[in-house]
Amino acid sequence: MANFSKSNAPRFSVDVYQNEYLPEGAREVNAIVTVTSTGGGTTGGMPLPVTDPARATLHDGPEAGVVIMVDCSGSMDYPPTKMRNARDATAAAIDTLRDGVAFAVVAGTHVAKEVYPGNGALATADAGTRAEAKDALRGLSAGGGTAIGTWLTLADRLLGSADVAIRHGIVLTDGRNEHEEPEELRAALDACAGRFTCDARGVGTDWEVKEVTGIASALLGTADIVADPGGLAEDFTQMMESAMGKEVADVALRLWTPLGSEIKFVKQVAPAVEELTGRRTEAGPRAGDYPTGSWGDESRDYHVCVEVPSAEVGQEMLAARVSLILPAPEGGTPQTLSQGLIRAVWTDDMVATTSINPQVAHYTGQAELAQAIQAGLDMRKSGDEAGATAKLGRAVQLANESGNADTAKLLSKVVDVVDAAAGTVRLKAKVAEADEMTLETRSTKTVRVKK
Amino acid sequence: MTMPQLDQLSTCPSCEEPLEEGDRFCGACGTDLEAALRDPAPGAGGPPASVNGVPPRPDALPVTPAPGDQSRPGAREAARPHASPATPPRTPAPPHTAAPASTPTHTPTEPDFALPPAVALPEQAGNGAAAPDERPDASREATTPPPGTPPLPSGPPAAGAPAGAGAPSTPDPRTSDPRTVLDEAPAHEAGQGTAVGGVSSGPEPLGPRCVACGTGTIDNDGYCEHCGHKQPCERDHMEYALGSVAAASDRGLRHHRNEDFFAVAETTTAEGSPATIAVICDGVSSATRPDEASAAAAEAASASLCESVPRGSHPQQSMHDALVAAAEAVNVLADEGPSDPTRNAPACTIVSSLTADGILTVGWVGDSRAYWVPDDRTAPSARLTEDDSWAAQMVAAGLMNEAEAYADSRAHAITGWLGADAYELDPHTASFKPDRPGVVVVCTDGLWNYAESAEEMAAAVPSDALARPLHSAQHLVGYALDGGGHDNVTVAVVPFPAAPGGAGSA
Repeated sequence: MANFSKSNAPRFSVDVYQNEYLPEGAREVNAIVTVTSTGGGTTGGMPLPVTDPARATLHDGPEAGVVIMVDCSGSMDYPPTKMRNARDATAAAIDTLRDGVAFAVVAGTHVAKEVYPGNGALATADAGTRAEAKDALRGLSAGGGTAIGTWLTLADRLLGSADVAIRHGIVLTDGRNEHEEPEELRAALDACAGRFTCDARGVGTDWEVKEVTGIASALLGTADIVADPGGLAEDFTQMMESAMGKEVADVALRLWTPLGSEIKFVKQVAPAVEELTGRRTEAGPRAGDYPTGSWGDESRDYHVCVEVPSAEVGQEMLAARVSLILPAPEGGTPQTLSQGLIRAVWTDDMVATTSINPQVAHYTGQAELAQAIQAGLDMRKSGDEAGATAKLGRAVQLANESGNADTAKLLSKVVDVVDAAAGTVRLKAKVAEADEMTLETRSTKTVRVKK
Repeated sequence: MTMPQLDQLSTCPSCEEPLEEGDRFCGACGTDLEAALRDPAPGAGGPPASVNGVPPRPDALPVTPAPGDQSRPGAREAARPHASPATPPRTPAPPHTAAPASTPTHTPTEPDFALPPAVALPEQAGNGAAAPDERPDASREATTPPPGTPPLPSGPPAAGAPAGAGAPSTPDPRTSDPRTVLDEAPAHEAGQGTAVGGVSSGPEPLGPRCVACGTGTIDNDGYCEHCGHKQPCERDHMEYALGSVAAASDRGLRHHRNEDFFAVAETTTAEGSPATIAVICDGVSSATRPDEASAAAAEAASASLCESVPRGSHPQQSMHDALVAAAEAVNVLADEGPSDPTRNAPACTIVSSLTADGILTVGWVGDSRAYWVPDDRTAPSARLTEDDSWAAQMVAAGLMNEAEAYADSRAHAITGWLGADAYELDPHTASFKPDRPGVVVVCTDGLWNYAESAEEMAAAVPSDALARPLHSAQHLVGYALDGGGHDNVTVAVVPFPAAPGGAGSA
């Protein structure tokens, strides 16, 4: 099994961006925490030390386990290309599996059924098992309902059977989760949270955006729409490559706050907005852990807002200490990967206190952008045209200001933009369902600060 | 160990000033009441309530420095890797300080927070011939803290370290603090319990406690692990005395760090007569790393003077060269260390005095000042420098009178400074030949804002300044704090001629 304390483990760095200067009486401290991991998944540009025995042990057993859950409900046959594309996409994903990775394929209807290997365990990827798995896919046929909670529960059981560090799932669905109560899906997600990460994809336009994004959000994965089933294979390949790049699982963002200070919110703000405030688990006195899932070579930004006791001008305090924590395998002392400080300094220097940190300003805008899109689309659905126009107009303005070109493009398919800078828009009379769903699914995608 | 409650003290143990409930520091002299309470017995060698001890690390809070730590912006200690000659934890220092045990080398009163026990150094810059003679003076100052003065007399913040030729007096930024010698600290305590320069820590096995809440221990970054309060650092309050000059510096009451710095030194001229050097710098707050700029400039100027004066260079030429050297030292900073593109390059002001052979030479850039205050206060006192400031320019151009100009919000905008973005370095120098004894007061605007005119400054300087320069420097810092302490305050007091019996008169 992988030993991440060895030299090939990724290195994490934490950078804090904030304006630490507060005017007298101010209590709110905002900071953007950038976490960057290098050396995982790829070697981070470093030459691979092939003679390193640590690397060899790393590959002795499977380091990662992946379960692909394919929707095989009756609707997958309308049109029939959907099922065929799903099969092809799954086959493409299987081809991307690295040798040694443990994997399984689950067919999902109102119940979950193991397609491969089928013995209640995971197979280890090599040329032979990959071919067998693709053979098994031919047997997939559409018929039955949709109960995604049962798929996730089976995936959890399969992943739990293997001794792997990285556990990941991929859910493909084309319809609403109609054959179980929302509470059952919620319970399944709660049970699986922290046990494996999961990407979710909606194919076509008959699925519920909030269900799919909810799965990805709860299981710290990505959500997206594949409106054209023909695009599935490419998307699956990409998802699998990203999963294969993960080297460290279960990393937590630990925030320590001094007495009298309080975390107002914590959210991931890049690459996508993800609210983490409610996911805190206590970790000792005045410290709490927020899950971040698994990491490859990547960089993510978090917005942390702390309320501190007010202090006099000239005082300085530590508002929060940010550390990245990797739990030890057998319940030992968790490893601190990196840390940073969020500070508060009270001053009567107006210039210092009134300037807003560009990172904080940017991500405050990006979070508002996501909110404006979701609120605007909800209002549009409920027939509140004026409200929808205002919200989506604001979204266009924010996307324009921040240079979020992708989101701006998606918005322009839902509204006619009159003046992007001013946020003046008109709702389009006719909007393709796929466009609206794409916008909603991707509304949380953010861009980073222009340097 | 439980902490005594603060409200058990009704007056400051150091200056008898009545205290208010909840005071952490004496309002008059700044004594750390927490520390005083914890260890009221003089000479107990008790723990300064500083970051200087062993920060215990509860397991709950992993504080393992990560690889990224060095580059973390805002981390004070990381930001000052080069610091001063006094910076590194000079473990060789203890021998210096421990050896001359016959002279009292540290104050019997409980030291204030971040300062180590006072140590008068036998070594001087240059040839340091006169060194032993001035020790009594320094230690006299040290052992009898007058009322109203901070209880940490002539303690060089990094005892022993400044002995190097460059900047004999350089106070020690907290970089030298013992976090880097964590493992050794307990050994020192057990064995000697004294004079280990900046690493002296109390016998408390639990390490120092927060000066604000009294409960939390101190983490490796200098914050309380309970309430998060930033612990005072050594640079917050610095004092240093040589036989012929003394200086004091304080963070003030409204700023979160001390961006002033000073360097004082003694050397001899080519003819062998004593020369005294005092340099004071004030970091420009709107610039990046102003604290580093002031430290670099003060040290460079002092080092330059210590090098050129013994060579027989003309005083004004020496002074000019020192200002140029200081400017270069600050310019270099712009190219290293973390930079903040939204702020200006590191910058500071400088004022320096050189007294030798009956000649007083001053040099300056910016709005830090030097004053002449004669011992006989009926004689006129004088300001020796002309600010490079908006207000001074207005007055010089005849556009405003002094009162109008200094009342303007732009008054303090400086028109000259040391730094990579200075338009053009224009070092000013002037020489004087005082016809009577007196003191030179070299200071930053943190002091002269409260005593702007030469008459006001003369009134603020204690009448015995000539004999007790350290006390006078402490008093002047207290004067500024009493006035509001809106800025960092730094002042050097240079008796002229040097005190009889002191090194300077030899």
